[in-house]
Amino acid sequence: MEKSTVFNNRLLPYLLLLPQLVITVVFFYWPASQAIWQSFLREDAFGLVSEFVGLENYQALFAQPEYYRSMLTTVIFSTLVAALSLSIALLFATQADKNLKAAPAYKTLMIWPYAVAPAVAGVLWFFMFQPSLGMLARPLRGMGLDWNPLLNENHAMMLVVMASVWKQISYNFLFFLAGLQSIPKSVIEASAIDGARPVRRFWTIIFPLLSPTTFFLLVVNVVYVFFDTFGIIDAVTGGGPAGATTTMVYKVYADGRLGGDLGGSAAQSVVLMVIVIALTAIQFRYVERKVQY
Amino acid sequence: MVEHRPLTDFIAYAILTLGIFIVAFPVYLALVASTHDAATVVGGHMPAVPGSRTLENYYRAIFVGGSRTSREPVANMLINSFVSAIGIAVGKIFISILSAYAVVYFRFPFRKTAFWIIFITLMLPVEVRIYPTYKVVADLRLLDTYAGLILPLIASATGTLLFRQFFMTVPDELLEASRIDGAGPFRFFWDTLLPLSVTTMAALFVIQFIYGWNQYLWPLLITTQDSMQTIVIGIKKMLVATDELAEWQLAMATAVLAMLPPVAVVIFMQRLFVRGLVQTEK
Repeated sequence: MEKSTVFNNRLLPYLLLLPQLVITVVFFYWPASQAIWQSFLREDAFGLVSEFVGLENYQALFAQPEYYRSMLTTVIFSTLVAALSLSIALLFATQADKNLKAAPAYKTLMIWPYAVAPAVAGVLWFFMFQPSLGMLARPLRGMGLDWNPLLNENHAMMLVVMASVWKQISYNFLFFLAGLQSIPKSVIEASAIDGARPVRRFWTIIFPLLSPTTFFLLVVNVVYVFFDTFGIIDAVTGGGPAGATTTMVYKVYADGRLGGDLGGSAAQSVVLMVIVIALTAIQFRYVERKVQY
Repeated sequence: MVEHRPLTDFIAYAILTLGIFIVAFPVYLALVASTHDAATVVGGHMPAVPGSRTLENYYRAIFVGGSRTSREPVANMLINSFVSAIGIAVGKIFISILSAYAVVYFRFPFRKTAFWIIFITLMLPVEVRIYPTYKVVADLRLLDTYAGLILPLIASATGTLLFRQFFMTVPDELLEASRIDGAGPFRFFWDTLLPLSVTTMAALFVIQFIYGWNQYLWPLLITTQDSMQTIVIGIKKMLVATDELAEWQLAMATAVLAMLPPVAVVIFMQRLFVRGLVQTEK
């Protein structure tokens, strides 16, 4: 798609582009290329001398058991958060879509957590489940469960998953509701006339028609879990206990900051870049396809 | 007409009420905690209804700061958050509307190249290139400045794509008409295109304001002085002290204050918010 009528100025378009290009080059391309370059270097302990070491940083990275552990943590964490937040949001959206008079009001009441900062969401959930004073931790301990997300790895993971799901439901709800409302009523009425019960209608008609939305949300949710949950993890567990909630993004941060291993941290950044580019490519392919629907 | 049975409706309302409860409960608890004194909150027997220390807690959180953890008062953090969130939103709108105008309404060598240079930024969020970006900002001596908080976060293509998409829907006749009237690129932009773009700008502003307000990792890295902290960072730092010492009632008051502006934006500008959300995700 192109405009047929345009202006002919020679210099002006470059001036218009200049602010964005300068900011993009200085704060995007320069650092990104530095990350790639650094991943082939090793600095001495004082950061004074750096030598080219080829793929050594990558070899060291993939020889680390902790790195595989952070990959596994990321996979478990993303799967749990995406599966839970998508299914809970879909449940709420289907109920809100049932021609209820109050649907617009429900929409308002459901979507506002989108605006809560991930780190703040983490603090809220930590407050509820903090072992000694948490309102919800006390009943758990009262039931004889030794609830302690500060020490128990599974409890810590459950807590960050709950906080991340809570934060993401609103977004998924909004898109699911829009997706449901765009399904023609005539299709649903036709199947109702054919005698399909609501549950059958949902699985044979509505759910397949909703699949573009679901797939789109799946990709967005995985990207969300990768990056936007950093604040939640840092606020709730700080990656602990014993690295149980250290995702790949958290490890880039922790290794560069605490370990000062910039080469290794840069190599991790590059691996993440490749993963994100792959995810984005999938997303764009899907957007291309969506046009046909 | 699909059947309507009282029972299905009842179940729907029950599930939705449960949903609203789940969504609101953590925030309700934070609100309650922010109205009690420290001992009540830490004791673990906090009542489920608000207490009587509301004014005192919020006054202390905003103007005095914590005593035991010696944090900055929140008033200053709120200002930092407002400045950086508005800076990010306005900055992004400014640079992206100009570049979209250039890409859509002009023909010049390297037009496609420029567009792709901007477009690729979509692929890599700042979290991936965090330390190199930190180094660039440090070399430019922008640590602990508003420019350092704002500029790296506006280097992204979402706004440019959004405006480009919108400009493509503007009828060509408008440009032809203004050229017949003798309008140059500046007048066409100012008198015709900008007024038409107001809704798109507002939608982008809402999304970017929330995005900027809720930033965590970037401000955490580049602010070393307490006076430059944003409120989202401030809450976390209040809880760094051991649990018995952390002043939870002040931390929760701060959390409520941190949620208030972006949540108000979503509730009161819901139409713009939904529009922005749907458009920027395409």
